[in-house]
Amino acid sequence: MSMIQPAELVGQTGTVVRSHVVKKILKNPLGLASVIVIVFMIALAVLANVLAPFDPNFANIGKTLAGGDTVNLLGTDSVGRDVWSRLVFGARTTLLSALLCAAVAIVIGLPSGLVAGYYAGKFDGVANWVVNVLMALPGIIVLLTVRAALGPSVWISMVAFGILMAPGYFRLTRTAVQSVRNELYVDAARVAGLGDTAIISRHIFSVVRAPIIIQTAVICGVAIAIQSGLEFLGLGDPSVATWGVMLNEGFKNIYLSPLLLLWPALAIGLTIGALVLLGNAIRDALEDAEKIKAPRRGSGTAQETLAATRHLPGRTSPAAVEAGTEHHLVKVSHLGVGYPQADGSIKKVVDDVSFHVDRGEVLGIVGESGSGKSQTAFSILGLLPDSARIVAGSIQFDGKFTVAPTDDRVSQARLGGYRGKRISYIPQEPMSNLDPAFTIGYQLVTPMVRVLKISKAEARKRALKLLDDVGIRFPEKTFNAYPHEVSGGMAQRVLIAGAISCEPDLIIADEPTTALDVTVQADVLDLIRDLQKRLGVGVILVTHNFGVVADLCDRVAVMQNGRLVEDGDVREILRNPKDPYTQKLLGSMLEDKEPMTMLVSGGMGAAQAAARDDDPDAKEMAL
Amino acid sequence: MTATEVHGAGARLLTVSGLDVEYPLKGFRRKPFRALTDINISIKPGETLGLVGESGSGKTTLGRAVLGLAPVTRGTITFAGQDISHAGRQERRKLGKDLQVVFQDPYTSLNPSLQIGDILAEPLKVQGQDPATARKRVKELLDQVGLPVDAVDRLPREFSGGQRQRVAIARALALSPKLIVCDEPVSALDLSTQAVVLDLFLQIQRDTGVSYLFVSHDLDVVRHISHRVAVMYHGEIVEQGPASTVTRSPEHPYTQRLLLASPVPDPDRQAKRRDERHRLLAAQRLQEASGIPA
Amino acid sequence: MVSFILKRIASGISVLVAISFFTYCLLYFSSANIARNILGEYASQAQVQAKEIELGLHRPLLSRFFEWAGNAVQGDFGASWFTSEPVVSAITTRLPVTLTLVIVSIVCIAIIATLLGTAAAVKRGWIDRLVQGAAVVGDAIPDFVLAIVLVAVFAINLKIFPATSSISPDAGSAAWVASMTLPVIALLINGIASIAQQIRSAVIKQLEKDYVRTLRSRGIPEWEILFKHVLRSAAPAGLTVLSLKFVGMLGGVVIIEQIFALPGMGALAVQSTSQGDIPLVMGVVLYTVIIVIIVNLLVDLINGWLNPKVRVS
Repeated sequence: MSMIQPAELVGQTGTVVRSHVVKKILKNPLGLASVIVIVFMIALAVLANVLAPFDPNFANIGKTLAGGDTVNLLGTDSVGRDVWSRLVFGARTTLLSALLCAAVAIVIGLPSGLVAGYYAGKFDGVANWVVNVLMALPGIIVLLTVRAALGPSVWISMVAFGILMAPGYFRLTRTAVQSVRNELYVDAARVAGLGDTAIISRHIFSVVRAPIIIQTAVICGVAIAIQSGLEFLGLGDPSVATWGVMLNEGFKNIYLSPLLLLWPALAIGLTIGALVLLGNAIRDALEDAEKIKAPRRGSGTAQETLAATRHLPGRTSPAAVEAGTEHHLVKVSHLGVGYPQADGSIKKVVDDVSFHVDRGEVLGIVGESGSGKSQTAFSILGLLPDSARIVAGSIQFDGKFTVAPTDDRVSQARLGGYRGKRISYIPQEPMSNLDPAFTIGYQLVTPMVRVLKISKAEARKRALKLLDDVGIRFPEKTFNAYPHEVSGGMAQRVLIAGAISCEPDLIIADEPTTALDVTVQADVLDLIRDLQKRLGVGVILVTHNFGVVADLCDRVAVMQNGRLVEDGDVREILRNPKDPYTQKLLGSMLEDKEPMTMLVSGGMGAAQAAARDDDPDAKEMAL
Repeated sequence: MTATEVHGAGARLLTVSGLDVEYPLKGFRRKPFRALTDINISIKPGETLGLVGESGSGKTTLGRAVLGLAPVTRGTITFAGQDISHAGRQERRKLGKDLQVVFQDPYTSLNPSLQIGDILAEPLKVQGQDPATARKRVKELLDQVGLPVDAVDRLPREFSGGQRQRVAIARALALSPKLIVCDEPVSALDLSTQAVVLDLFLQIQRDTGVSYLFVSHDLDVVRHISHRVAVMYHGEIVEQGPASTVTRSPEHPYTQRLLLASPVPDPDRQAKRRDERHRLLAAQRLQEASGIPA
Repeated sequence: MVSFILKRIASGISVLVAISFFTYCLLYFSSANIARNILGEYASQAQVQAKEIELGLHRPLLSRFFEWAGNAVQGDFGASWFTSEPVVSAITTRLPVTLTLVIVSIVCIAIIATLLGTAAAVKRGWIDRLVQGAAVVGDAIPDFVLAIVLVAVFAINLKIFPATSSISPDAGSAAWVASMTLPVIALLINGIASIAQQIRSAVIKQLEKDYVRTLRSRGIPEWEILFKHVLRSAAPAGLTVLSLKFVGMLGGVVIIEQIFALPGMGALAVQSTSQGDIPLVMGVVLYTVIIVIIVNLLVDLINGWLNPKVRVS
């Protein structure tokens, strides 16, 4: 069984995974530095009594504004107090007050966020209103008012500030809970009969834990800044040594002894900086884990990796395409597409793929997820992600290279002249492929104005005609509608209208009916067939559905794990598949099978068949 | 109700009669959204009822109503002789033993931060089994769905979609339930994986005699796995009966459209089916025009 | 759209009422020695009592609040207990300084952060690393610490800018600009760093959307995709953090004004709260909250304009 996970990850328990995160933070240089700074500051705070030679308020009037010496390591302030001792005791007060603030904010924000997110309803409404009130309050002005009312205590102002910061935790928790509340695994737990408390503690709390830790690092930093700011204004308790009070003292003597400013400013900057960095490091460490957790379906995966070689041996650079192949509309020769990995290797997702499409012909590329079929189509369009590399082969369109044999990326300059004009694209998911902020009309008109250089009025006339052509009953109404105002089937018709608007020679359709209902799919297939016949365009149809292939295609190419396993005439491939993989795929079709019979396992038990089948199954985990 | 269907109420595992589901809409005095209207279905022990329909037809809502995840506005749901239309948390806990679920999306139906062993043990723990017994049962389950025993202490992310769906099936099987609601359990899977998972469903039914309420948008899948089929359209059941009848020679116009809309993997047969579909659509339009006076 | 605005205004008013009541309650408990403080140490007990009655301090909380609120609704916020200056005039003479500082800073932040954030998202490479690094540094240094450093370096050591800026606009625009430069920079750095970061991630998120790929496939030039489609969709995220920054800055500016001795709302806030000058404190709080509510309403309106889905609902 081929697991994509690195070996040491396999078989770890939840706790080990968590310590994995800690390890990752310590491996990150910035994370390590921030941990060291924070541990150092905590050590200062805890050991203040031992580290400080003087009481923070002991004033030696005879020795004011002195420089550092063996008695007063960092010198003395304007009333002769030892700067080092005050700095150390200041660390204690400052850190404790930051913790108090965060604790208050968590105690208020976390439970209320959990309840509001999980139960919604009235409590959610009220809580949100309170949050809006709190977030409309400028912090310092409230703290000034609180101080006026309740006295200049550090602790009281930090409790008040904690209340002001609670909305941060509330919103964080509420959003996280809302996103998880309707997850299927929570439904499964409900079906199993788990109580609300058990669901929250088992399934929901684990989701908010990490963001809460990150948020706490940030809030502690903000608390230190605000508290120092208040004390800098001279509004703190002057009898308690804190970094803010020291800043105030330093600012008063800025002309006489600028060093007095340096130490507290440094302590504040370092501590807050370390907290911010720690938050970032935790986020990075967790996101790393996330990346493995959420495989992107649809992108290809082939296990083979190649060394990163920009110039593969044998790749020459002919200026012109091979003689005798110019008449093909598109010709893909030995195409290889790969993604560079962190370790310098290249993961190939398309490997040695060759095929051609002629004018007026429909080629189907069939395969399961991870077969590289979409990646192949996007390399013809030149719309691969930035990180993708052409590692081998070439693509020619209408007798000219769009990817020459020596290119390692698709040349946008060369393709720019074709895309939209001669090669167009029908995407899979109709809704997400229209910009929600613009009307459908705008999105049809603009490409025509840009590509065909016609006037807006002319383009508008053509767009209305196109909408009529793709079977939309009220073109005018749809023209003025926003994407969210039309149905999925209608949006797909709009996208097809867009694809034919500039009279292309080649249409690349990436699973154009997969997101649609079966009855809508049949209508859209009819539409594509009619348009293809009428306009005589070449079509590359990427799909996983052999029924769709049978409906539209003249020829078929079957792909598996980045390789082309078989291609040929549609009847030939569907009726007499040669390759075992094609046979297996067609064997998995349910149409015309005797109901209630085993499809793959035959004589053996389904479980054994499933176990045996794990290998190709695992490859589905596209990364 | 036809005479052939009557086997006495005792033989029925699940009976849904006159079920309406409504969701209240936000806003003052707005009419609630009616998701299901007058649903009547029943499932016998060891039987599979396939529920087919397109998006928004209410098929998923019906499954969720049986599971207690959607509000029952009118009508009753009877499971093993007990009215569960408005079962509380305590009753649901007891029901969890006999009534289970497999969801569509194998990527979100397992908690990503829990190990497979913990996920499978969850329903066992709820029923108060001790850890040792639970561990033993988890191993049996993994074996039953064809996953290696060392899957116990791995995380869901280490498995492919098909493997995860098998974990979800194992979780549903944990307490040897009488009925499993399967909500589009194969529609997120690749073709060859779908075949493997369908085999597994059939095998489990043969071995354990469990009943399925099998929800899918794919008529082929439903035909393959079901004894009887119900077709849903706009929140209502428009046709139900034996699988072979409903999925091969349907009576309701919508089911007829649905059947002919699904393309077959052969160009010439598909061309024929396409023509049949066009003829059907034309005939239905004509009928509609003449049936409804202007 | 109209009902949307009315709803937002109604909710704004409810927030305003809640905050003023809450603040009034808080201040009620601090007003024990207020009369003595106003009259000074040597006033007689009788004088103090007379003052308390004059200010209405003997009356219960609710009746005092409703009297104040009734006047406030008519635009009468009373006069300072200490200086007898009408609250409205005290605020209107100082508000322009604070608002100029905050608005100039916010506009600069919006422009610079958008440019930097977009460049970082599109170009990646060094400018991306710069923005990400700057975000950490900007977060790490509180703006008042930065202000102190700026004063120490540019005003005291290099003497390029004036250290204190208590110059009125009448003193000539050049001097005024010079006096505002350091405070604005102090407010800018932190904001640019954090908001550029937000805009960067919003733009990256939009660039990964399916519709961007489809626009590219239609032959739309890259610059048009970026400026017309991507930035428009990324803007709401940026605006939301910008409005939070604005609220934060209204508070943070208090300290900055003190450092540069600017005659803005900050001094008024510090002075009135430390004295317990209830009419003035209430005035300061109300004005600030009203500004915040207006800004939030504006942000909601712009977001509605940018996103047609919001407009419909």
